[in-house]
Amino acid sequence: MELSEHIKTANVEDVTLKRPFHPALRGTLCVTSHHLLFSDRKDEASWQLLILLKNIDAVEKRAVGSSGTITIKCKDLLVLQLEIPGMEECLNIASSIEALSSLESVTEMYPFFYRPSHLTLHGPWGLSSTEQYYKQTERLWDRWRVSTVNSDYSVCPSYTSAVIVPREVDDDKLIRSARFRQGGRFPVLSYCHHRNGMVIMRSSQPLTGANKKRCKEDELLLQAVIDGSELGYVIDLRSAQQAQQARMTGGGFESKSCYSHWKRIHRHHERGKVVQESLIKLVEACNDPSHSVDRWLSKLENSKWLSHVHSALSTAGLVVECVERDGHSVLVHGSEGTDNTLLVSTLAQLILDPASRTVTGFLCLLEREWIQAGHPFQQRCAHSAYSHARLKLECPSFLLLLDCVWQVWRQFPLALEFSEALLLRLAQEAYASNYGTFLCNSEQEKCAAGVKENTHCLFQSLSKPDIEEQYLNPLYEPNDLAIWPSVHPQSLQLWTGLFLRWTEYAQNMVEAREEVWSIVKEHREKAGPDRSNNTPSTHCDTLTPFENLMDELTIL
Amino acid sequence: MEHIRTPKVEQVKLLDRFSNKSVTGTLHLTATHLIFVESNSTSAQEIWILHHHIASVEKLSLTTSGCPLLIQCRNFRVVHFVIPRERDCHDIYSSLLRLLRPVSYDELYAFSYNPKQNDQQREEGWQLIDLAAEFERMGVPCDQWQLTDVNREYKVCETYPRDLYVPITASKPIIVGSSKFRSKGRFPVLTYFYQEKKAAVCRCSQPLSGFSARCLEDEHMLQAISKSNHNSRYIYVMDTRPKLNALANRAAGKGYENEDNYSNIRFQFVGIENIHVMRGSLQKLLEVMGTRSLSMTDYLVGLENSGWLRHIKAIMDAAIFLARAVTVEGASVLVHCSDGWDRTAQVCALGSLLMDPYYRTIKGFMVLIEKDWISFGHKFADRCDQLDPDPKEVSPIFTQFLECVWQLTEQFPQAFEFSEWFLIQIHEHVHSCQFGNFLGNSQRQREDLQLKERTYSLWAHLLSEKQNYLNPVYSPSFAESHPVLEPSTQAYHFKFWRNMYHQYDRSMHPRQSILKHVLTLKESNRELEGTVQALKTKLQKFGVSTSPLKPQTPPRERSLPPRPQSLILGAPLLSRKEVQQEEDEEVIGEEAREDAPASTGGERTVEGNSATENGYGELKESFGSKNEPSVVTLEFGVARMTC
Repeated sequence: MELSEHIKTANVEDVTLKRPFHPALRGTLCVTSHHLLFSDRKDEASWQLLILLKNIDAVEKRAVGSSGTITIKCKDLLVLQLEIPGMEECLNIASSIEALSSLESVTEMYPFFYRPSHLTLHGPWGLSSTEQYYKQTERLWDRWRVSTVNSDYSVCPSYTSAVIVPREVDDDKLIRSARFRQGGRFPVLSYCHHRNGMVIMRSSQPLTGANKKRCKEDELLLQAVIDGSELGYVIDLRSAQQAQQARMTGGGFESKSCYSHWKRIHRHHERGKVVQESLIKLVEACNDPSHSVDRWLSKLENSKWLSHVHSALSTAGLVVECVERDGHSVLVHGSEGTDNTLLVSTLAQLILDPASRTVTGFLCLLEREWIQAGHPFQQRCAHSAYSHARLKLECPSFLLLLDCVWQVWRQFPLALEFSEALLLRLAQEAYASNYGTFLCNSEQEKCAAGVKENTHCLFQSLSKPDIEEQYLNPLYEPNDLAIWPSVHPQSLQLWTGLFLRWTEYAQNMVEAREEVWSIVKEHREKAGPDRSNNTPSTHCDTLTPFENLMDELTIL
Repeated sequence: MEHIRTPKVEQVKLLDRFSNKSVTGTLHLTATHLIFVESNSTSAQEIWILHHHIASVEKLSLTTSGCPLLIQCRNFRVVHFVIPRERDCHDIYSSLLRLLRPVSYDELYAFSYNPKQNDQQREEGWQLIDLAAEFERMGVPCDQWQLTDVNREYKVCETYPRDLYVPITASKPIIVGSSKFRSKGRFPVLTYFYQEKKAAVCRCSQPLSGFSARCLEDEHMLQAISKSNHNSRYIYVMDTRPKLNALANRAAGKGYENEDNYSNIRFQFVGIENIHVMRGSLQKLLEVMGTRSLSMTDYLVGLENSGWLRHIKAIMDAAIFLARAVTVEGASVLVHCSDGWDRTAQVCALGSLLMDPYYRTIKGFMVLIEKDWISFGHKFADRCDQLDPDPKEVSPIFTQFLECVWQLTEQFPQAFEFSEWFLIQIHEHVHSCQFGNFLGNSQRQREDLQLKERTYSLWAHLLSEKQNYLNPVYSPSFAESHPVLEPSTQAYHFKFWRNMYHQYDRSMHPRQSILKHVLTLKESNRELEGTVQALKTKLQKFGVSTSPLKPQTPPRERSLPPRPQSLILGAPLLSRKEVQQEEDEEVIGEEAREDAPASTGGERTVEGNSATENGYGELKESFGSKNEPSVVTLEFGVARMTC
C-alpha cells in the first residue's frame, strides 16, 4: 500500500491552531506522507509549523458541533490543538495521522526520503568505528585486539561487526562465551581509562541457570581482562535477589567460585516498562497546571523518575570509583545488557574521560555505546509519554541518559563543550528524526535495511565544524580531570529544560542564556585569541573546591 | 570572658555531616567565636562560628573516641565535634550555653565589633538609607497623602516608626481613634504608593472587632484611604491569615473587618499560616535534609510533608494578589494579619518588589527591607532569637521572605541586580548581630539602644563589597519591559533552595559555577575596556590616531580573569577566616587535581560505618566503605589494603 493511500483529505482551510502560551492561529493544514504542515494564512511573513508524523505520539479527536478538534501529542512532549471545520475532514486527518505516524517498515520512514541539498549520501557513515577507536587508543595495543568474529552478526546479532577483546582470547573462545551469554552479548571492551589502562567491559548476564552451569571460555575471557593477579569488579545492575531469580529463567550471575578474581556488586535498577511508566507519570504531572505544591511533590515522587536518575548516576559513580580511584577493571551488565548497562557505561565514561565531553567526543561516545552496542532504539522509542497504545518494549533509557548528562552538566557547567540544546535535540531525534541514526535496533538490521546507503547520519551532521552556536556551551573549558557528580538528592533536579520545555517560563531562560553568550563573546573579542591557550590554568582555578560553595544559575 | 573555662581543646575531631570523613584539630573558644583549626599543617582549615549564630548545642552520649558535641547554627551550618575528654566537652558545652544566650543587648557582638572606621564613616553608613527620600521617590507626600507627626514621640504606636504617611483627610482624632481599635495600636498607614494609578498599599494590625464591636474612626480611616484613590471605588482589605485563625481571634476580642460596617471594602482572606506553623515547618524541613544517605523518595516525601514550599507559595500568592489589585485594577489595598508585623511585612514587601523594579536593585532591596521590615517593627530580636529567648517567638518569617525573592530570581534571571549570595549574606547577618540594623524589635528600641552611635550599618558594609553580589545577567532593560513581574505560581516553580539550607555542606554544591564564572568574565571585560581606553588616551597624547585600533592583546595575566574575593562571607572579622579558608581549599584543590578532582565532599574513613552513607552508596562491606571519592589521603591506602 502506498503511503499516499492513507491520505483521504490532504488539505483543510480555516484550521485554528492552539499552542500553549501562544495566541491561536488560523491557517491551512496539509497532511503529506511524513509531515503535518500548518501554515499561517497571512501572506507576508507567513509562519509555518512542520511536524514529522513520526513525532506524533497520540491523536485525540473530539466533535464540537459540525467541526472537530484534534489534539496532537508529540513525542517531544509538545501538545497542540487543531480545530478543523467539517467533521469528515477532521476524522480523515486524524486517521491519516494515526496510520502514518506508526509505520512499521523502516524503509518507508522519512529518513529514506530526506535529501537536503547540503548533504550527499556518499562517503563513510557515522563518526567512527571500532577499528578507529582501537587505533586511537594506544593503551589498548598491547593486550587487546579487534575481533571480527561477529562480522556476519552470527555470534551476537545485536553487536556491531567488530569488537575489542583481550588479545590472548581467540575467536573460538569468544563464540563459546557468547553462547553462555544472553543474546550472545559476550564481554567486550567499552572503555579503556587513559590514566591507568583499566577498562570498563560490558555484556549481558551469563546463562548459568538453575544448575549453575559454567563456561570455561567465559571465565578465561574475564580472567584475561584483569590479567592475572589483580581484582575486577562485576557491577550487576540487578539486586542480588533479582539476580538469583534470574537463574530460574536460565539467566544468572558470575559466582564467586567460578570467577575468583571478580568481586560482584549488585545495584538495583528498574528497567523496561517500569521506567516507561515512570516517564508517563512524570509528564502527566508536569502537564497538569492545577496541582498544589504538595500534590506536585507527591506526583513527582510517585513518578520515581528522579530516583532512576539518582541510581543511574550513583552506579556510574561507583564504576568510576572502581576504575579511577581504586584502579580496577569493571564489567557492567544487567540482564540483556542493552539498556541500563549502556546507561551506566556511558555515564562512567563521561565522568572519566575528558575526550567524551566535547561535541564530537560525546557523539562518538553515543555512537559507540548506543548505536553500535545495539540499543534497540526502534523498540524503545516507538512511543513516548502520551501514547495510549499498549506498552510493548518501550523504555526511555536514552532519555534517562540525557537527563543524567544534564545533571552532570548542571554540576560542572564549564566541563562540557555542548549545551543543553544539544541534549534536547538528541532527545527529540531519538523519537522522530530526518536522519537514519536512530532507526532499527542494531547494526545488523541497519545493514539489512540499507540505512547507511540511503539515509544521512545525524551525528555527522551535528559534528560538522560549522556546528550551530546553540549547541555549544559558551563557558566550556576543557579539563583533564574526572568530574564526579554529587548524588545527594538535594543536588539533583528536575530537567525543566525538557519536561517543562513548552511552558512560558522557558522564554526567560532563553534570554538569560543569550545574555551569557554575549558576555562571553565580548570577553573573547577583548581578550583576544590568546585566551584559548590558558585553559589548563583556568580550569584548575575554577575547579578549586572553593568553587563548590558557589552556585550556578539554572539558566543554561 | 568569665564564662570561658576552657579556652582551648586539642585533638578535637570534626565529623562531616553527610559522610564519615573527619578531621582533627584544635578548638578555641573566644568571647565572640568558636574556632576550629585543623591541625594538618598543609591544609589547615579554619571554621569560625559566631556565638550568635549558634541555635543549639547538644551533648550526645559518650562514645569510645570521645564526647560528641553537636552544634546547630541559625545559618543552617551543623557541626559535629568529638572531644576526647568528657570534662573538656562539658566545659565547652556549659560555656557555650551561657555565651549563646546573652542576657543584655550590650553583650551582642555589634557593640564590640569594630571594622576600623571612624565616626564619620560610621555615620555615613547609617545615612545610606533614607526612608523619607524613599517615600519622595514614590511621590509622597502628594495631594492625597501627607506625613503625620502623630507618632513623633511613639505615643500612638510604640512599634511603628516616627514618620508615618496617612491620607490627607485622616485627621488626628481619626488616627488616634483608629489606633485604639487596632491590635497594638498599629493603625492603617501607607507603605507603598503606586504612582501610576495613585493606588496605595497600606498596612495595619487586626481590628479589635470581637463579635460585633465597631469603631467609627477606623471606618473613617479606611474610607479616607479609599477616597484618596480616584481610580477605584473600593479598596481591598487583605487579611493574610487563614479564615479559621481570624475567626478564633474574635473570641479574644480581635478579629477582622465586617464588610457591612465599612463602606466599599472588598474583604479577602489569604491563608498564610502563623509563626508557629512556619517554625514547625522549617524544623521538619531541616530534619529531613539533615538525614544521612537520604533517598530520592524520602527527600521528596520529606519536602512535601514539611509543607515548607506550600507556605512559600502561599506568601507568593498573596503578594501576587496584592500586585494585581494595585497595578491592574488600580485599587488601593490594606494588608493586615494579627499584629501586622510578620505576614503583613512579607506580603507588603514582596508585593512592592513585584510592582517596582527599584526594589530589585541592590540599593532598592536594602531600602525595602529597611522600610517594610525594620522600620515597621518586624520583631527581629524575638524572631531571630537574639536575646532572652522565648522559643515560641522564634520563627523564620524573614527567611521566608528572602526565599520568596530567591524563587523569583529563579523565574526571572535577568530581573534582579543581585544574586542569591546577596540574599544569603543578608540572612547571615540578620542572625550574626554583628551590625546594628536588625537588633531589637522596633525603631524605638533601636533609638534607646543608640545603635547609630554604637554600632555599624550592614548596608554600608554590603555596598562596599557590591561586586560580589552582582547578578551578571541582570538587565535594566528587562526592568523597563517588565516593570511589574508576573510570576507563575505553577507548583513546579517552587524549588528547594539548596544554597541557603545547605550553604555549608560543600559536597552538595555544583562543582563549577556559572554565576561566578560569568561574573569574572564581565569584570574582566570591564577591565579590558579600561585598558583599551587608557591606551587610547595615551596614544592620543602622543598624537597617534586611534581609529584603526586593533583589539588589544592584553598582558598574559589579564587573560586569567581575577577571581573576586570571597563571595560567601565578607564580614571583616569573618573575612579573615574566609581568606584563610580560600587558601586552604586551594591547597585541597591541588591535591584533588592529582587524583580525584573536584569532589570535595568526598570522604570516607576506613572502618566502622555503614557504607551507604554517602555518595554512590553501598558497596559490599569488603570494600570498606567507599563513599563519594575525594582527596586521596593516607587513610585511603589503608582502605585499599583492607579490600
